[in-house]
Amino acid sequence: MGEKLLEIKDLSVRYTTDGVIAHAVNHVNLELDKGEILGIVGETGAGKTTTALGILNLLPRYTAQTDGEILFNGVNVLRASEKEMQKIRGEHISMIFQDPMTSLNPVYTVGDQIGRVVKIHNKEKGKEFVEQRVDEILNLVGIPAERKVEYPFNFSGGMKQRIMIAIALACNPELLIADEPTTALDVTIQAQVISMMRSLQRELGTAVILITHDLGLVANFCDKVAVMYSGEIIESGAIEQIFDSTNPHHPYVVGLFGSIPKITRKTKRLTPIEGLMPNPASLPEGCKFHPRCPYCMDICKTEEPEAVIVNDHLIKCHRCVRKEEA
Amino acid sequence: MSDERVLVKVEHLKKYFDTPRGKLHAVDDVSFEIRKGTTLGVVGESGCGKSTLGRAVLGMNPATEGHVRYNGKDITHQSHREFKESRRQMQMIFQDPYSSIDPKKTVSEIIAEPLKIQKIYKSRKDLDARVIELMEMVGLDLIYMNTYPHELDGGRRQRIGIARALALKPEFIVCDEPVSALDVSIQAQILNMMMDFQDELHLTYMFITHDLSVVKHISDEIMVLYLGTVVERAPSDELFEHPTHPYTKALLDAIPVPELSYHGVEPQLLKGEVTSPINPPQGCRFAKRCPYVTKACTENMQELREISPNHFVACCQFGK
Repeated sequence: MGEKLLEIKDLSVRYTTDGVIAHAVNHVNLELDKGEILGIVGETGAGKTTTALGILNLLPRYTAQTDGEILFNGVNVLRASEKEMQKIRGEHISMIFQDPMTSLNPVYTVGDQIGRVVKIHNKEKGKEFVEQRVDEILNLVGIPAERKVEYPFNFSGGMKQRIMIAIALACNPELLIADEPTTALDVTIQAQVISMMRSLQRELGTAVILITHDLGLVANFCDKVAVMYSGEIIESGAIEQIFDSTNPHHPYVVGLFGSIPKITRKTKRLTPIEGLMPNPASLPEGCKFHPRCPYCMDICKTEEPEAVIVNDHLIKCHRCVRKEEA
Repeated sequence: MSDERVLVKVEHLKKYFDTPRGKLHAVDDVSFEIRKGTTLGVVGESGCGKSTLGRAVLGMNPATEGHVRYNGKDITHQSHREFKESRRQMQMIFQDPYSSIDPKKTVSEIIAEPLKIQKIYKSRKDLDARVIELMEMVGLDLIYMNTYPHELDGGRRQRIGIARALALKPEFIVCDEPVSALDVSIQAQILNMMMDFQDELHLTYMFITHDLSVVKHISDEIMVLYLGTVVERAPSDELFEHPTHPYTKALLDAIPVPELSYHGVEPQLLKGEVTSPINPPQGCRFAKRCPYVTKACTENMQELREISPNHFVACCQFGK
C-alpha cells in the first residue's frame, strides 16, 4: 500500500517503581501507512496506552525506560529532544484521551483551548487566523461556532468528546491516536462520534490508531488490527484475517470472541477465558498466555513462541509453529 | 400471567428530585412486573433513570408517587425496621466495584457484615463457615480472606460485591451495571456465574445496564427506558427480532457488531442528544430526536399499548 508513516521496531517499555520492574511493553513491532486505520485491542494492562504514549514521547521521564525505535516519518521520536517533540505533537501526531470529562481544562472556554493549539503551531499568523480556524474546526465536528465562548461544563459528554477531537484535528495531523475515545459515551452518541471520525478521516486522509477493547468498534471502523496481551502483540493482521473464524487464531483471540455476548446469535453460556492477566512485574516464563491457555503444552511453559507470519497475518503461538512445520 | 408467580409489581412509580431549576423527572409513571425466577433487563442511556428506578424498587430512595409490591405486600413506604427486614429478601449489586465496598474492612469482614447486622448466626464458627462457603461460591480464593479490597482487581472486587449480596440468601437482586466496569474476559466469567446462581438458588434479577448485548444474553424480558419513561417492553427474543419503537431501533442499530460484515457500515444516526429531564416538555419524550415525529407526538404523553402478546410499545404510530 501507500507510504510508510509510522514504524515501531522492537519497542520495550519498563516502569520502575520502588525497585520493582514492570514490563509494560515487550518487543512490539508495528507499521502504519498514511491514511490507514489501525485498531489496537486488549484488556486493561495490556500495554495499549503505554505504546500510544511512547509514540508521543510522553512516557514519564524518570520511571520509564524504553528500548527500540519509534520512527515517525523516519525520525526516532524516542530520542528526539523536547523542542522537536513540541513541534511534532499537535501538528503531526495528536491524541484523543479516554475521558473527555477530565481532559478539558474547566476554567478556559473551549474556543481558547482549541485556539491554543492553532496558535502554538502557527506563531507567525495573527489572531484573526486563529479565530477563523477555531470556527472552521468547530463546524467540522458539528458544534455551532458561536458556542466557542462557552466552558466545558456547558457541554454534554458527547459534545466534549467532539471538542477533544476538534483540538486534536486543529492542525490537520498526519496521525491521530484515539485512546478509547467512546468508552465513556452512550451507544447512540458513540455512533455519532465514530461516524464523524470516519468522515473526517476520509476527508483529511489522516492515519488513525484506535485503541479500544470493543471488538465491534474495530470490525466497524478499522483496516488493520493488533491484539495485545501482557505487553506483546500476539496476533495482528488485516481486519478480514482477524475476524474470519475459519483462519487459525491465537487462543487468546478465540477466547476474546467467546467472551462477548452476541447480539446476532443466541448463546446459552459464554465461554470466558479463565484466570487473570499476569502481573507485569512478574511475567510467567515462556508464552505469557500459557497459565490461562486451554491448549498449553510443555514447550509453552519454557520457551517464548516465535511470531509466525503468513500473508501479513501474524500469530505468536507454539501451535501455529507446529502447523507450519507439519 | 397468574398473580401467584409475580414477585415484584411496580405500579405507576414516579420519582422526582427537586433542583434549583425545577423538578427533575427521573422516573415518570413506570409500571411493570417481575415473575419469580426470571430476569427483567432494564436498558437505557445514561440519565434515563434506570439506576433511580432500581433504587426506588428496593426502597433505597422512596418513590414520590406510585407503589412497589413485593410478594403482594406494599413496600413503598417502609419504616426503618421494615426496611432492614426486607434486606433479607432483596439485595443489590452495585456498578462500581471500587467505591461500593468499604476500603477499611478485609474481604471476610465485608462479606460477613450483612450477616452480623441481621444477627443470623449466634456463634463465630458458624459465621466464619458461611463466609468461607460464600467465598467458594463466587470463586474467591480463601487466601484473600484477610486482604483489603485495594489489593484486588476489579473482577475479584465484583465477586466480593456478589458474595455480600448473596450472604442473606435473598430471593430478589437488583444488579446495577454489575459488569460494565470490567474487561470482556472477566465480564463473561461474572455473567456465567450470575446465571448459574439464578438456576441453583432460584433468584430473580432486575438487571440494569446500558449494554444491549449483555442484556440480551441474561434477560427473559427487556424494558427500554428513555428519559424516565418506558418506551418499549417485550420478551427478550421478541424485542431483538421485532424492535418497534424508533428509539429501540436506533439503539439496536448503534451497537457495533464484532463481525466482518459490519465493516464500514454506517448506522442510522439519531439526531441531537438526550434532552434534559428537568421540567420535560409535554408529549412523547423522544419526539425531539424521532425521525417520524408528528404533531400528535408533542401534544400527548404516549401510553404503553400491547401490539402483540406481551409486547408493549409507547408510540402513537403503533397499536392504535
